[in-house]
Amino acid sequence: MTDSAIPKPVSQSRAVWQQFRSHRGAMAGLVILGLLLAFVLVGPLIWRVDPAYINPDAAAMIKARNKPPSWASPLGTDQLGRDMLARMMAGGKVSMAVGMVAMAISILLGTFVGVLAGYFRRLDGPLMRLTDLFLALPLLPLLLVMVMLFRDTLAGILGPELGTFLLIVFAIGVTSWMQSARIVRGEVLALKEREFVLAARSIGTPPSRMILRHILPNVMSPIMVAATLGIASAIITESALSFLGLGFPPDFPTWGRLLFDGVDYLTQYPERVIWPGLAISLTVLSVNYIGDGLRDALDPRIRGR
Amino acid sequence: MLDASPARPLVQVRDLRKYFPIHSGLLRRHTGDVKAVDGISFDILQGETLGLVGESGCGKSTVGRTLLRLYEVTSGSVVIDGTDIATLPPEALRQIRPKMQMVFQDPQASLNPRMTLARIIGEPLDEHTTLSRAEKLDRVYELMDQVGLNRVFANRFPHEFSGGQRQRIGIARALALNPRFIVCDEPIAALDVSIQAQVVNLLEDLQDRLGLTYLFISHDLSMVRHIADRVAVMYLGQIAELSPRDALYADPLHPYAKALLSAVCEPDPTREASRQRIILKGDVPSPANPPKGCNFCTRCPQVQPVCREVEPALVEVTPGRHVACHFVTPQSGTAGPTGGTEAKEHSQQGEPR
Ligand SMILES: Nc1ncnc2c1ncn2[C@@H]1O[C@H](COP(=O)(O)OP(=O)(O)O)[C@@H](O)[C@H]1O
Ligand SMILES: [Mg+2]
Repeated sequence: MTDSAIPKPVSQSRAVWQQFRSHRGAMAGLVILGLLLAFVLVGPLIWRVDPAYINPDAAAMIKARNKPPSWASPLGTDQLGRDMLARMMAGGKVSMAVGMVAMAISILLGTFVGVLAGYFRRLDGPLMRLTDLFLALPLLPLLLVMVMLFRDTLAGILGPELGTFLLIVFAIGVTSWMQSARIVRGEVLALKEREFVLAARSIGTPPSRMILRHILPNVMSPIMVAATLGIASAIITESALSFLGLGFPPDFPTWGRLLFDGVDYLTQYPERVIWPGLAISLTVLSVNYIGDGLRDALDPRIRGR
Repeated sequence: MLDASPARPLVQVRDLRKYFPIHSGLLRRHTGDVKAVDGISFDILQGETLGLVGESGCGKSTVGRTLLRLYEVTSGSVVIDGTDIATLPPEALRQIRPKMQMVFQDPQASLNPRMTLARIIGEPLDEHTTLSRAEKLDRVYELMDQVGLNRVFANRFPHEFSGGQRQRIGIARALALNPRFIVCDEPIAALDVSIQAQVVNLLEDLQDRLGLTYLFISHDLSMVRHIADRVAVMYLGQIAELSPRDALYADPLHPYAKALLSAVCEPDPTREASRQRIILKGDVPSPANPPKGCNFCTRCPQVQPVCREVEPALVEVTPGRHVACHFVTPQSGTAGPTGGTEAKEHSQQGEPR
């Protein structure tokens, strides 16, 4: 029992990483997400075709339409003769950014509301009624109103692209936090009755540190699950908005937009739907597996095994 | 523990009540109260162990938690070392918390599964001291030595330990700030029998070394006999009898205490042979709707009409012995005929050990 016999504390992050690596699905997810990110970020530097380029010569444009895959355009061209590969890359950048940022906003809001409602009894009633209110609102009309009201002002201040981007992620974020708020609140209510929270109270730990130290780490798993599901729905909601003409302009490619455009040609050119659909599914799936692995890695009970 | 020094009360509880409101109906209106603790008074002397026994659900844990103001007090006062805990504002309460700590029943549930042992034991130090990291670690090691945990375990997580070791972690955490008063809420109930004795011995050992005062809550009467100096028997949120240990175990005065203790095995074989079990009929009434009069009147073998009308007060019948029964008075000293003729029905106080 001498001091020299005591092993140095293994750093927390190192242990987490070791456990994460042993999760095969999570590693596969990480690799796929890495490849997708490289595709949308590095890809355009290699494949230097303008995704919005339409041949100004009408005859040449008509000839270049709806081409099958070839060396000149590996994924073919769309109904206006634009290069699909370039559009997939450009669209992916936006879609992934929208998915992640909107998910982050929604999770932060949901966790914040859920923890407050679950932990402070006095806030529970008002906050949960607010949540119910948001759940009861018809979301699409609400989104439409928000976008209509703020799009031009924001576009004026921040430029059309950044303005629209911020508006969309914000709109999706504030209309999708309710599920996670409810889940988190339920978990917090259960945790609050656990004896280790009581023990911390008997020590005199103030509420802020109680939440950070004892509550949040223990509601990690449901938050993680809600987050991974949130990315998918954010990408889809963005495409729905764009489809309704309220997101990005119609010629601005996103995966959701490509998917909707492709639907019209589904019978003739099914690959137009398959590519963006596959990209969205792969993103969602890989994020899901990463979340799974992260959740396991963060739980010392599983990490020990 | 010591009866030589003139001990003064460290904890004084007066007419303590804790009601949990019941909300029902569509509008969640306040329709009644669970009277978990219903007007109890007792003192705990400096350095002694007061045992608190009773059937499960009679409000023992609630007493312990209300004493440390983990639950807000409904009414009454709890004076610990000269300060009334019941009405203290939050910040003052936080300052005084190091003096009083708690050891919990379920050692698994009372440790945060995501914190290492060093962080769990160190949390009180984080909150109440300004020690440097190295000093904190030293103190954590010292505490681990005190409760018999190997220092090698410092970076492990609670799930890697056995029940007994987890309870030691809980005890080390309770000791971290040098408390004077510790509430032990059934600290051994969740442990294997072979481990129970070790933990109880550890608690006794620490009491001798550190001069601690305990409120020892348990439903295990033989363990309470081992550790307590005085014992309070609780029934349905009230104290039925509060007596020195030996007097209580030799000659319980309250009918409920008699029934409860008749289920305990005697170490002395001659007395064990003559032991008569008193088996109570019926169920414990709901604490939301306690009977009028004496709380025990629905099951008491010696019930009289007056018991159903008038609530008996806890009075000192002989020096040091307090009983709440109409038929145990300072003159009579004992309750009427011992009712031991009850039909064989299932016992309410768990298996005899
Ligand atoms: N947080 C609570 N809310 C409502 N009722 C409670 C709460 N805690 C305990 N009770 C009730 O108070 C009574 C006493 O419980 P408790 O103190 O846990 O008993 P014991 O520890 O003696 O088994 C029980 O009837 C229980 O249902
Ligand atoms: Mg209890």
